[in-house]
Amino acid sequence: MLYSVADGDYDKWAKPQLERFIFGFFIMLIMGFINIDFWRTCSPFLYFFGIILLLCVLFVGDYGGGAKRWLELGTFRFQPSEIMKVGLIMFLSIYYDWLKPSNTSKLFWVIIPLFLIILPAALIIPQPDLGTGTIIIMTGFTMMFAAGVHYFYFIIIIFLIPAFLALIFYSRGTNWQLVNDYQFNRIDTFLNPGKDPLGDGYQITQSKIALGSGGFEGKGFMQGSQSQLDFLPYKHTDFIFTTIAEEFGFFGGVGLLLIYSIMIIFCIYSSYKNRNRFGSLLTIGLSTIFFSYFFVNIAAVTGMAPVTGVPLPLISYGGSAMLTVLGIFGLIQSAHVHRLIKRE
Amino acid sequence: MEISSFKKNILEKKYGRRSFLIGSSQLLLVGLLVGQMRQIQLNENEKYKLLADENRIDIEILPPLRGIIFDKNGIILAKNKENYRIRILREKNINLSELIDNFSQLINISKERKNEIIQKLENKRFNTPIVIVENLGWNDFMKVLVNLPSLPGIIPEIDLKRHYTQKEILAHTLGYVGVISPKDLKEFSNNDPIMQIEDFKIGKVGIEKGLDKYLRGQVGLGKYEVNASGKIVRKLGEEASSPGKNLHLTIDSNLQKFTMLRIKEYSASIVVIDLASGAIICMASNPSFNPNQFVEGISKKDWNILLESKNQPLANKAISGNYPPGSTFKMIVAIAALEANLIGEEELFDCKGFYELEERKFHCWKYSGHGITNLSKGIEESCDVYFYNLAERVGIEKIANLAKKFGLGISPILPLSGISKGLIPTKSWKKVYKNETWFTGDTLNSGIGQGFILSTPIQIAIMTARIATGLQINPFLIKAIDGRPIKNNKKQSLGISENTLNIIRKAMFGVVNNKKGTAFDSRTISENKLIAGKTGTSQIRQISEEERNMGIIKNEDLPRHQRDHALFTGYAPFTKPKYSVSVVVEHGGGGGKVAAPIARDILLYALSGAIPSIQEYPIEKRNDINLILKNIKKEMIST
Repeated sequence: MLYSVADGDYDKWAKPQLERFIFGFFIMLIMGFINIDFWRTCSPFLYFFGIILLLCVLFVGDYGGGAKRWLELGTFRFQPSEIMKVGLIMFLSIYYDWLKPSNTSKLFWVIIPLFLIILPAALIIPQPDLGTGTIIIMTGFTMMFAAGVHYFYFIIIIFLIPAFLALIFYSRGTNWQLVNDYQFNRIDTFLNPGKDPLGDGYQITQSKIALGSGGFEGKGFMQGSQSQLDFLPYKHTDFIFTTIAEEFGFFGGVGLLLIYSIMIIFCIYSSYKNRNRFGSLLTIGLSTIFFSYFFVNIAAVTGMAPVTGVPLPLISYGGSAMLTVLGIFGLIQSAHVHRLIKRE
Repeated sequence: MEISSFKKNILEKKYGRRSFLIGSSQLLLVGLLVGQMRQIQLNENEKYKLLADENRIDIEILPPLRGIIFDKNGIILAKNKENYRIRILREKNINLSELIDNFSQLINISKERKNEIIQKLENKRFNTPIVIVENLGWNDFMKVLVNLPSLPGIIPEIDLKRHYTQKEILAHTLGYVGVISPKDLKEFSNNDPIMQIEDFKIGKVGIEKGLDKYLRGQVGLGKYEVNASGKIVRKLGEEASSPGKNLHLTIDSNLQKFTMLRIKEYSASIVVIDLASGAIICMASNPSFNPNQFVEGISKKDWNILLESKNQPLANKAISGNYPPGSTFKMIVAIAALEANLIGEEELFDCKGFYELEERKFHCWKYSGHGITNLSKGIEESCDVYFYNLAERVGIEKIANLAKKFGLGISPILPLSGISKGLIPTKSWKKVYKNETWFTGDTLNSGIGQGFILSTPIQIAIMTARIATGLQINPFLIKAIDGRPIKNNKKQSLGISENTLNIIRKAMFGVVNNKKGTAFDSRTISENKLIAGKTGTSQIRQISEEERNMGIIKNEDLPRHQRDHALFTGYAPFTKPKYSVSVVVEHGGGGGKVAAPIARDILLYALSGAIPSIQEYPIEKRNDINLILKNIKKEMIST
């Protein structure tokens, strides 16, 4: 796919990505063979490591695309929020593994994981990265839900969300504004992409044109006029799904969703069958992250959600995201391989 | 252990339920995505396909070629001249500043111009090329062509630019083209494809404006596949533009040139009408301007010079100049009197130099008076007192009605802008516009073409044409459109008795050919080129009684703007009229002295189709005229 969007230039994007994939694939396999107890021990460290990195970003981070979310390590640039997602899931898994099931729904024991979730989210949203922040919160809640926290709490949250959204919009223009202007602009654009089709709404409009003109069977490999003639922005990163759906049509797009869905189903089944509570929770949490990646990405390019800059897992060009996803798979495999190891 | 395992069992069940819930809600969300894709890709497929094509296909509007304008003999007056120019298109990943610097090594571009270009390109929302240099020589153009591979975004092209071959000679009638200004915008809707063409030029004044819809032509369409930055990837199709229609004017450009040279030193205007059809074969207004300056974009300085110049070079005085017709109006008064049977041909009035009306004296231009005067003497010697008598007898209403019959006070219908209607006053007019009652004195002033009366040179030429033919001659300027002649309706009679007209014609003949006639000095001698006409000297200042007694100041001694306008109108040949002419020389002095000789030369040129031979002039005039004609001949050859 990257070969196609680079006008048939293999060296431009496809080659480095393939190299990264092979490298990441081996890491994944190695991670898969490492005992789940090792990862279990790592969990709290990874979480706090993530928090520290986020604090670093706050002070010494790099800007990229108008946001401060990158850390530079030599020549290697990465987003600590990726590590944070995994760290949070692992930490919540160990927390609920440790917690007596009877305490799960007690208020005090509910507030602790809530704090664990809010802390990284509070560091990520002002970066500003509303998308990742939201994903962190949603996956965190999903973990709590999976762990068996009483329905009652979730009903409260469901009622709190509209109130919170209302608060965000109410804060607009005041001096305690909760999110940045550009985030508001993205929301505006999402709500009304036609308003300024050459400005902020350009991406969404062009993306929908590409999708729509693809039809059922698509225009054929490397035949997408929208992507081949550069009308699509970020066609090799965030908007690569658009190219897929333009060139391979509805058939190709839904095919990809099907593959993703099968992976999710496998993860949930694996999680269900896992005798190790840590592994089980870890699997469901990580699969939720994976789900959130492709869901948020595809929802954005099809105009269902605001554009947040989340890549399409395993396909978009970019090292950090690719390694994270493969790392997630490594952990899931480790949990699956060691599903019968029970801790007493 | 039992209990704990039982509890564990419950926990597992609960977990199973919850994970199932999570999984199914995720799949539900995936289903939502599929639904959205179905909506966009399948249901709205057609709409987006169209939009994608709109994106992909760029339609370039191909400007039409403007129609060529010829004179009556097929000489080109306005054409489209090649203009080698360079345009620039901003391409991705190109440093504009560097590009222009590189280009500047071939053709120098100043720092300010460079900044201007960069700013212009950066301010453009859509990527369309803009002109950086034009009017290049062939060598410079070739230099750019050869170096093209190293200049990405530079587009050399051959544009066509309007060019007026006659320059100042026919500027007012032809007019010029210019870019569409906000003022013109109301004529165009925003989706008019012409608006998409950079610097598209439309007719601004003159024929170029009046017949713009014929000259302009139809735009064509070029279809190209383009990428997002507007660069053409390939051509998909083309629908050629259709050129504007060619025009043949009635103007004789040689006569026009001769005329303009003849009045070179005056602020004057002239109209010559072909009596057979009403075709205007010459329409001159001096001083003039070079219309090519306007096509290339006139500088602020040059524009101000033209605007502020006292003799109004921008105005087409032949159609817009309002002048009191002076004594040239006397024919109208005479015809009105004769037609109403209020006077006999031989009825006499005594001119003592003035006419007394209720204690007020109305003077004749001749201080000593003309003595006993009949109609033909009144016209030949232009006796004012005779016409005071006549005007009082006829009354203003009859005079006004007759004037309108001869085209005075009525706008001639021509495809030009700024045509003046002139003014023929009546009692009701004075009431409405001046809120004053009409006095007999006003009638007397009108009787000699002074007072409120105003007319334009073309109106005077029309009047003479109608007197000479007795037909309702209407002037026109367009001989043919795209080779198809414009139909000419058969001329209707004016309904003035031939007897009346003959009396007037004879008197007009006397003006030029009688020894005492006011234009006797401007007579010709060939039998078949004799001229009939009438002088006019329209006064533009009040002469006080005091001055009259002391002796009227001569025109030569007055400041220029107070001097009289010199007029002459006439036709020739007398026996078989072919052309009528009117000459107005602003502040020229006496009509007989200044305007009549000009009219004579122009009529002779029109009749002989070349610079008139010296044999046409009376012997005692030949020396002076020879000098004038020689100079004109020299200049006609050199231009």
